[in-house]
Amino acid sequence: MNTAINKYYYGDIPDGAGDNNSEKKSSTAESAWPLWEVFIRSKQGLDHKHAGSLHAADAEMAMENARDVYTRRQEGISLWVVESKYIHASNPDDAEMFYEPASDKVYRHPTFYDLPDELKHM
Amino acid sequence: MSIHDLEKAFQDKIDKEIKIEPKDWMPEAYRKTNLRQISQHAHSEIVGMLPEGNWISRAPSLKRKAILIAKVQDEAGHGLYLYSAAETLGTSREQMVDDLLSGKAKYSSIFNYPTLTWADMGAVGWLVDGAAILNQVMLCRTSYGPYARAMVRICKEESFHQRQGFETLLVLSKGTKEQRDMCQEAINRWWWPSLMMFGPKDSESTNSDQSMKWKIKRKTNDELRQNFIDMIAEQIKLLGMTLPDPDLKWNEERKHYDFGEINWEEFWNVVKGNGPCNKQRLAARNKAHDEGAWVRAAALAYAEKRKNKLNNKAA
Repeated sequence: MNTAINKYYYGDIPDGAGDNNSEKKSSTAESAWPLWEVFIRSKQGLDHKHAGSLHAADAEMAMENARDVYTRRQEGISLWVVESKYIHASNPDDAEMFYEPASDKVYRHPTFYDLPDELKHM
Repeated sequence: MSIHDLEKAFQDKIDKEIKIEPKDWMPEAYRKTNLRQISQHAHSEIVGMLPEGNWISRAPSLKRKAILIAKVQDEAGHGLYLYSAAETLGTSREQMVDDLLSGKAKYSSIFNYPTLTWADMGAVGWLVDGAAILNQVMLCRTSYGPYARAMVRICKEESFHQRQGFETLLVLSKGTKEQRDMCQEAINRWWWPSLMMFGPKDSESTNSDQSMKWKIKRKTNDELRQNFIDMIAEQIKLLGMTLPDPDLKWNEERKHYDFGEINWEEFWNVVKGNGPCNKQRLAARNKAHDEGAWVRAAALAYAEKRKNKLNNKAA
């Protein structure tokens, strides 16, 4: 890619622009809180759905932070939090191979079957 | 696949409006541009709490105080959504926070202006959040999935921010002479900096516009700025106030408002760290971070201790 981006969009001021007269700080010494994924059930009868992620020291704090960050407007009645490291994700590069076997099995869909119009309730 | 093929496949996806997700292949420059933009956006939300936090303890009524607290809390939330989105691009929260605190990372210059009177709370909500919303609505359709999803969530919540700001000014505009003057002065203070929020003029750039090609942005700075001016020039009539620009007038031919020249020297000066409040804002963030260090350490120690207790019980 030889196209340089030198246009400063709203919210996109290059790091090099301007001088920083504040003193440099070394990296935050303390170790980081782990990352958690948040799932919300918006109302009784529906599935929990992924809402986003956050950092917390433990599950209890993750739950409280999830409430504060993701349910300020009654977005949910039930929360799940799980540490992100326990989530295994499929690889997008393998998608073609991974999902391919399903694509040539059209007979798995009801519309595959050509039936007479007189046939009711089916 | 060669790098050329990968780039072509990537651009094809973008052209077909297929979102890019964290684990997908992406050009390094795409990753970097998004990372810079999303983290700056996150920092802006976090620093953006300061000018308004300034008025929480002095809000004129309990109702206004509750509203202001809710708005500032939303901004903290918006910062967190955005930090999470940025983290999917392979940086850590700590790194981003460090870059903000050291002054290496940028945030929107608008937050380097002071909030001098209560009317500024109205002007910030109406003008500053109004300008931000135009940008954010566009970003709901940005090509990077996690950024787009964060923006959808933010836009849902942001609309109240602008409405409460206008309402604050509307009440002042119907008040005593002092209140009306306060309203007009706040608008005068915030108008030009709000226009600067959209960034430099399109003509400042001669290079091909990669961010548009990658659909990170879908409108140019000038387009968004013009939308904003057209919108505000009409809305202000309801307040019975004026915008501090003698050149502002409707252009029948263009079907847009014409407006005066923006002071770009001021813009770059504030970006460079010489705005009225740059030092104060960074000092406030550093103070909060430093004073919160023991809380972060204690929470980790407590989590560790409980984990050990559980393990011992299991053994």
